[in-house]
Amino acid sequence: MQAVWRPDIKELARKELETRPFESGHRLCAGCGAGIIVRQILMAARKPVVWINATGCVEVATTIFPYTSWNVPWAHNAFENAAAVGSGVEAAQKKLKRAGRFADDPDVELDYDIVVLGGDGGTYDIGLQSLSGALERRHKFMYVLYDNEAYMNTGIQRSGGTPFGARTTTTPVGKVIKGKPLFKKPIMDIVVAHQIPYAATVSPAYWNDAVMKFRKGFEAEGPAFIHAFSTCPLGWGSRPEDTVKLMKLAVETCVFPLYEVINGEYRLNGPSLAIAKNPDKKKPVEEYLKLQGRFRHMFKPENKWMIEKFQEWVDKQWELLLKKAGF
Amino acid sequence: MQELKKVEQTMLALNGDEAVAWAVKQSNVDVVAAYPITPQTIIVERISEFYHNGEIDIEFIKVESEHSALSASWGASIAGARAFTATAANGLALMWEILYIVASTRAPVVMAVVNRALSAPINIHNDHSDSMGARDAGWIQIYSEDAQEAYDNTIMAFRIAEEAMFPVMVTLDGFTISHTLQNVLVLPDEVVSEFVGERKVPRIKLPMIYGEKEIPLMLNPKYPVSFGPLDLYDYYFEHKVQQNEAMKASVPIIEKVHREFAEISGRSYEPVHFIPYRTEDADVILVGLSSTMSVVKKVVDELREEGKKVGAIRLRVFRPFPAEMLRKELSKFSAVGVLDRSLSFGGEGGPVFTEVRSAMYSAQSRPPIVDFVYGLGGRELPPKLIKKAFEDVLAMKEEPETPVIKYLGVRE
Repeated sequence: MQAVWRPDIKELARKELETRPFESGHRLCAGCGAGIIVRQILMAARKPVVWINATGCVEVATTIFPYTSWNVPWAHNAFENAAAVGSGVEAAQKKLKRAGRFADDPDVELDYDIVVLGGDGGTYDIGLQSLSGALERRHKFMYVLYDNEAYMNTGIQRSGGTPFGARTTTTPVGKVIKGKPLFKKPIMDIVVAHQIPYAATVSPAYWNDAVMKFRKGFEAEGPAFIHAFSTCPLGWGSRPEDTVKLMKLAVETCVFPLYEVINGEYRLNGPSLAIAKNPDKKKPVEEYLKLQGRFRHMFKPENKWMIEKFQEWVDKQWELLLKKAGF
Repeated sequence: MQELKKVEQTMLALNGDEAVAWAVKQSNVDVVAAYPITPQTIIVERISEFYHNGEIDIEFIKVESEHSALSASWGASIAGARAFTATAANGLALMWEILYIVASTRAPVVMAVVNRALSAPINIHNDHSDSMGARDAGWIQIYSEDAQEAYDNTIMAFRIAEEAMFPVMVTLDGFTISHTLQNVLVLPDEVVSEFVGERKVPRIKLPMIYGEKEIPLMLNPKYPVSFGPLDLYDYYFEHKVQQNEAMKASVPIIEKVHREFAEISGRSYEPVHFIPYRTEDADVILVGLSSTMSVVKKVVDELREEGKKVGAIRLRVFRPFPAEMLRKELSKFSAVGVLDRSLSFGGEGGPVFTEVRSAMYSAQSRPPIVDFVYGLGGRELPPKLIKKAFEDVLAMKEEPETPVIKYLGVRE
């Protein structure tokens, strides 16, 4: 797939101001990455968008009755079924278009793209089944995982997306067990194994890369999956002003590499491609970990092994990815 | 039931599941999302055959679970499509969470529930514990006596759902109806098509956003709305009360659709919410649901021959519960027996009993009422046991102090 579309930041900003698809005044925290992701998705839209949201921070913070931040059609059903709801919307759209329903109704538009948004809990864990089913059935929608690496909405509980060592309220730093003893589930590998046309990772700090990939997700001939990395100052114990810095460091340390998988072919992007070509550019994970309270215990002398283990894991994942991308 | 054939109908030998599938085929359904589960599977299989043979213009989502079946049906419904799904027993239990969401967002999904016992132990046969467990979820519930009624109720359900803006559950007894071949009168395609029409999306006003404009209530970029927001203690309570009022307001819609259906089919289910059988001069009656009542009616006939003044009332619409109408009707009798094919563990009697007795509490004349729990997990209820139930109820005329709950056909 060769996207001819290139984002022009002035044009995107103008369009956003004119159409205001996602209003300000929502109740996401200062420094939350999710709001940035939502805006980047909507900036990348090529036609009207219908938005399906799993239960989570974005849902709760943007639609407190009687208010809504959404100037696009928006629907939330439950936690684990956003992909199934998206399947139903897509099926309805297909049938209604085929039947010419609402063709003469100036009040109805059926030509739209579908976004399904879920957090890491709603994707790695409770929503994995409905996501897998929808990918197998080849529904045409873009599923965006905003991964802030824990159940932040319910008060920072660990998920399958929580990284090794991280302190959460269900993986506290105890006297015996310090933080999460397990590693992040390889959600991209799981999704890519469904052989969908387009999958990619994005870090909102690289807006150009992110918006391009969301656009490619919209344009994909079938289901697309975007794994978006999302800082959570509350859950990570990071400063709100460090949000973008952390989303950059995650990429620069290869904790969260940027890549896309187009019809099964891996392609590294931006800083990750640069690191692949010049491994000296890869930063140590400490630089990323040290800005976050959730990893603070790992910097005590007796827990230094945790940083080493974290680094080993990151190195191994990176090596695996390099092989897949032909390096 | 009056049989006034207004249009030429075709007699087909169908089991209950097939009758439902036929109704779906004829009812301009847009999206079906379903998962197989015994004894509902034949519905999914027949619709699949229609679909694979190009006989039905639907999008068929063959989902990976019942939870997704109902979730996808909801998505289709709020996107402007007519959506259908079918399930049974544990499948319905898996949908539990979504049942409430579909109802509370007023999405007019129609679902056939082929009644089956809930696990554990796993049992594939008929009782009503599945749909009775879902009775408070905000769905209109219509119970069918036979395959013909399953067909009729499914067709009517689409109209009722869309006019009342409530999801409708049409139930039929597992195996007894779902897998039993019966003669079913099938209406011509065009007659059903005209009766149900195409899905019409309701128009609503959102004055703060769209002024006086009546906008279509669906996912629509022309007039965006947000479905399923967060609703806390400052509004939730009012919304729930409104939902309850709206369900009560569905009563005249349910009646109207039945009367219009009687006009095209000749099949009248008057007075809609329940159907009395030989109750005019009856002394005592049995109240119950679904296919069992066919046998009860036969027993009524036999007992009448013996000079016993017995009758029966078959409840059809369990939600909204016709309390007022039943109160009037049941006040006439000396004693009432209720047939419950499910249990409410730790409760005082099964769900039909507690509803009926509660309705009767404010009646001027309160007959003694006894609950007969029967048929759990598909246990047969032979006529001789129904006779015994009638004898017990007749005895209550003289001796009203009897146990509240009795089990029919259980080994002791």
